[in-house]
Amino acid sequence: MSHGSTGSRRTYFAVFAALLLLTVVTVLVSYVDLGLLNVVVALLIASVKASLVALFFMHLKGENRLVWGFALVPIFFLALILLGTLTDTMLR
Amino acid sequence: METEGVGRMEAEGNGRGYLAERGWRSWAFTLDHKRIGAMYLWTTTVFFLIGGVFALLLRLELLSPQAHYFSNHTYNIFFTLHGSMMIFLFIIPAIPSGLGNFFIPLHLGARDVAFPRLNLASYWVFAAGFLVIIGSLVAPMDTGWTFYTPYSAKTGAAVTTLSLGVFLIGMSSILTGLNFIVTIHKMRAPGMTWHRMPLFLWAMYATSIIQVIATPVVGVTFLLLAAERVLGVGFFDPAKGGDPVLFQHFFWFYSHPVVYVMILPAMGIVSEVIPVFSRKPIFGYKAIAYSSLAIAFMGFLVWGHHMFTSGMSPLANAIFSFLTFFVAVPTAVKVFNWIATLYRGSITFESPMLYALTFIFLFIVGGLTGPFLGAMATNVQLHDTYFVVAHFHYTMMGGTVMGFFAGLHYWFPKMTGKMLNEKVARIAWALVFVGFNVTFFTMFIAGTRGMPRRYAEYLPKFHTENVISTIGSAVLALGILVMCWNFLQGLRKGAPAPSDPWRALTLEWRTASPPDVENFHEIPRVADWPYGYGTPKA
Ligand code: HEM
Ligand SMILES: [Cu+2]
Repeated sequence: MSHGSTGSRRTYFAVFAALLLLTVVTVLVSYVDLGLLNVVVALLIASVKASLVALFFMHLKGENRLVWGFALVPIFFLALILLGTLTDTMLR
Repeated sequence: METEGVGRMEAEGNGRGYLAERGWRSWAFTLDHKRIGAMYLWTTTVFFLIGGVFALLLRLELLSPQAHYFSNHTYNIFFTLHGSMMIFLFIIPAIPSGLGNFFIPLHLGARDVAFPRLNLASYWVFAAGFLVIIGSLVAPMDTGWTFYTPYSAKTGAAVTTLSLGVFLIGMSSILTGLNFIVTIHKMRAPGMTWHRMPLFLWAMYATSIIQVIATPVVGVTFLLLAAERVLGVGFFDPAKGGDPVLFQHFFWFYSHPVVYVMILPAMGIVSEVIPVFSRKPIFGYKAIAYSSLAIAFMGFLVWGHHMFTSGMSPLANAIFSFLTFFVAVPTAVKVFNWIATLYRGSITFESPMLYALTFIFLFIVGGLTGPFLGAMATNVQLHDTYFVVAHFHYTMMGGTVMGFFAGLHYWFPKMTGKMLNEKVARIAWALVFVGFNVTFFTMFIAGTRGMPRRYAEYLPKFHTENVISTIGSAVLALGILVMCWNFLQGLRKGAPAPSDPWRALTLEWRTASPPDVENFHEIPRVADWPYGYGTPKA
């Protein structure tokens, strides 16, 4: 397997620090009233965090195309359930 | 398929193979995919029979228009237990985790699945799941197998416990699917390209993808329901800003694709059996293979067709109805190819073939009644009537269960090393076939005349249909009993099975019956597809 490139200890700590920082940001933003945007911002930050975890801690960064495919395809289905449900709930 | 040494294998067969070791530990801690598959088969069959007893009780009650033998509430409990057991404890795991576990590695020419320990874990997670579900019987569920809110959020029945049980079952399903995906990618014998794989493997691959992608959604949905019941969070309660229809969206986002988890593996079995007993190469190999993937994909686009009368937005109704008609296409592709395979074949009617042909026939009826439910105008009339009950029994029992029976009869010699009594098998088949149609065709009639489902009582004008249906269910039950008896007799004193009793070409028939622990003495090399029937090879 080709994990070598992502394995350094420094990267792991940097990613860890980034995750902590983003957590703090999430908490702080929740005190600002942005209306519907609050949800959007929270989900965006959460997505960035999840991507960091997948890329570095789960070593997706150095993986081959097949593994990338399996990692990305479910996002399509997530979009699908959101789209289908919102077509109902937003237009009812 | 290019394999030497068939004669040698034959000479070695009929030891006890993978069954040699004895004692409960040899089963409980086994890493052998064949034993794990066998454990799944036994377990799911037991739940099939229990679920069947509940079905017979329902039919008994429906013998008279008034609630006669037990109360309305008991009836509600019985159809819930019947439905949930049949779905979660029988039909979803039976073919994939049972026959799939047993035959995927053998079909691939591999010694085991990619993750044998995960495989064993999946069985024990499954066992934990059904124990929890049995535990929920202290306050039996009465919501129907669909768990719809708001009732499921309020009833005093053990919804939370049952949800947890189903959560565990789902987890086991995910582990199995994941294992199969990796196994099919990584463990194919040398020379077995994707387009030389048996069609059962294509079907199982598509099934596994659905299991991995859809099951987490229902798991989370049940957790949300539990959170609503236990913590009072208002996901589905309008008074707290929630939405009961949201539950239906989440539930059906899983439960429509999962009907293809039920049917695809059965289609895979049929694709194996039809060419063997027609002595002809399968017609349209690639079309059948890719239609499995197409079904898996399109199955995700149509969940809203269960919700036309739930008050969805008109646009969503229209889109879901429109898309529903397209799922019929890849399924029809398969049916046409099977029929083209049969055309001018040298057909023989051994029991696996009888069940495979029954699958095609009954599944066409089940499938063609689908569009009536998928079209909005007729759906409003037919929704929640016995037409729906007939439709899904024709697909699930007439389809999947017949495919499962075909697989059991086809592979019995390989799994046990014994032959079945073919005569008894055909008698059982005849009883099942007649019983099934008498039981369920009458439900189409009662349904179009307006008889609603899920009630212990009905208007006297439906009496005739119901009496006929109950008589049919007795015949059906008798057929299944004869079949089970035949299996037990075969296990005990069946004649020793040769390694390839059906002259089939897939790799499982190139090893002993029953196979040894490691499946193959030498990993086979594959130089051709496995469907060269009627050619000089077979
Ligand atoms: C012995 C054969 C069977 C008979 C006689 C039978 C009979 C019935 C009847 C009468 C109902 C309707 C209850 C009502 O709505 O009032 C029902 C519901 C149902 N059956 Fe069966 N059934 C059989 C086999 C199966 C099989 C093999 C499966 C699936 C693998 C299955 C799955 C279901 C499901 C999911 C429901 C819906 C339960 C609900 O409404 O929540 N049944 N069955
Ligand atoms: Cu559906």
